[in-house]
Amino acid sequence: MATPLVVSEVAKSFTMHLRGGTLLPVIQDVNFSVKAGECAVLGGPSGAGKSSILKMLFGNYSVDSGQILVNHEGRVIDLATADPRTVIQVRRNTIGYVSQFLRVVPRVSALDIVAEPLTARGTSIEAARARAEELLSALNLPRELWLLPPATFSGGEQQRVNIARGFITDHPILLLDEPTASLDAKNREVVIGMIEEKKKAGVALLGIFHDEDVRERVADRIIDVSGFSARKAA
Amino acid sequence: MSELPLLKVHELSKFYGGRIGCRNVSFDLWPGEVLAIVGESGSGKTTLLNCLSTRLTADVGSVEYHMRDGQYRNLATMPEAERRFLMRTDWGFVHQNPADGLRMTVSAGANVGERLMAVGERHYGRIRETAGDWLGRVEIGLDRMDDQPRAFSGGMRQRLQIARNLVTSPRLVFMDEPTGGLDVSVQARLLDLIRGLVQDLGLAVIVVTHDLAVARLLSHRMMVMKDGHVIEHGLTDRVLDDPREPYTQLLVSSILQV
Ligand SMILES: Nc1ncnc2c1ncn2[C@@H]1O[C@H](COP(=O)(O)OP(=O)(O)OP(=O)(O)O)[C@@H](O)[C@H]1O
Ligand SMILES: Nc1ncnc2c1ncn2[C@@H]1O[C@H](COP(=O)(O)OP(=O)(O)OP(=O)(O)O)[C@@H](O)[C@H]1O
Ligand SMILES: [Mg+2]
Ligand SMILES: [Mg+2]
Repeated sequence: MATPLVVSEVAKSFTMHLRGGTLLPVIQDVNFSVKAGECAVLGGPSGAGKSSILKMLFGNYSVDSGQILVNHEGRVIDLATADPRTVIQVRRNTIGYVSQFLRVVPRVSALDIVAEPLTARGTSIEAARARAEELLSALNLPRELWLLPPATFSGGEQQRVNIARGFITDHPILLLDEPTASLDAKNREVVIGMIEEKKKAGVALLGIFHDEDVRERVADRIIDVSGFSARKAA
Repeated sequence: MSELPLLKVHELSKFYGGRIGCRNVSFDLWPGEVLAIVGESGSGKTTLLNCLSTRLTADVGSVEYHMRDGQYRNLATMPEAERRFLMRTDWGFVHQNPADGLRMTVSAGANVGERLMAVGERHYGRIRETAGDWLGRVEIGLDRMDDQPRAFSGGMRQRLQIARNLVTSPRLVFMDEPTGGLDVSVQARLLDLIRGLVQDLGLAVIVVTHDLAVARLLSHRMMVMKDGHVIEHGLTDRVLDDPREPYTQLLVSSILQV
């Protein structure tokens, strides 16, 4: 089986047209890969470009140059140049992403937000909700919140909804942007357990964890993003 | 995926005398895909939508549609009668002003039933039953079935217009500012409804909106227009979160959060 995720020579900068066209280089020459069953962690100071890398891997940010090779249903796809339709298919079946903050869809219940990635892949709504309930209860989200839209939830409650949504599918690649940042110790422990299970299932995980304790428990390897800085080299 | 595009748009341009309506627009639309066209007032969104849906004749370029029989047909050269049939059955058009898409002096039920008759349904009981189903799906009570849309609120009229358009199971629906002109709370509810229906029915939609939050919520892909040109085009969340063009950055920065 091909390596699920290979990143090579990726560079990213932002041109701030509203700031007189200032060019903000962020990273360059990013090279790494993630194997099935391992959890690699992006390290480095704030602003180094960790989240930007995850966003490029999810197709949310464009890539200036380089390749992001993903093993998608037996084919290798370069996400750096893939068209929107392909990116959507890769998201549906291959790459999952837990963003740092939940983007709430107005008026959709927590349960359905969690179930949605499964129904999008053709699972029946009943089966998807049943699985969503398992995850929400494992993450100790109070049952009386399940049918409410998460807009009014606390930060930690929203984040648990977000984690459940990201973990509900069996995507072979999972990106995690500080999933435990706003959680208490008990729920952090649950998430660590969920990450262990994904590893055992052969998922390639790439995460950002500020919490040193969590990082030490889940990381097989740290990738230091400051080594890819485009600023010091410029 | 062996699927083929539903619509193939090639270098479409429309001029109003010396003024540009829209210029050199090309894209493909796939089944089940929702494309949002955004841009400021006067940027050519409605012009483009009308050219695509053959309500306006483009001056240059072509629009090809993948017919149910598997053939691509150039819409500009399609006989008028066939084009009208397509518009009444395989397509929907949701206008910003419901009065433009409804018959205001016939009942709500007849507004929906009429489109069914266009696809050959003749059985009165079945027409009424299906119309009733659709009113239910857009949250209009059955007790309002025999009322004229004149007696409806703006939000209800817009929901009726949607039912009228979707009852024939179209494959492609055009929408021009479908939530414009409504109260914010009514807008939100209508948006929920549209989002749900589009997902359930797997509709391809081209929706014109100046509201980036609407684009974020409904669309997969987004086109940004300025002065008749498409200046940026891509995955909706990428265009909104990592806009490239100066104008798109301005557009995104001028709203609080989408
Ligand atoms: N959409 C954007 N537009 C402009 N600049 C951006 C954008 N996203 C990120 N940046 C800039 O890119 C740099 C890297 O940001 P990024 O969020 O990737 O850092 P990070 O390593 O995740 O930091 P933190 O640990 O604080 O989350 C920062 O200077 C940030 O301001
Ligand atoms: N029938 C017409 N005759 C002459 N000029 C027209 C005609 N229709 C539109 N225009 C012009 O073409 C340009 C594009 O108009 P269009 O209606 O497509 O804009 P729009 O993006 O839909 O704007 P809005 O958001 O205000 O609805 C405008 O400059 C407009 O004045
Ligand atoms: Mg970050
Ligand atoms: Mg318009």
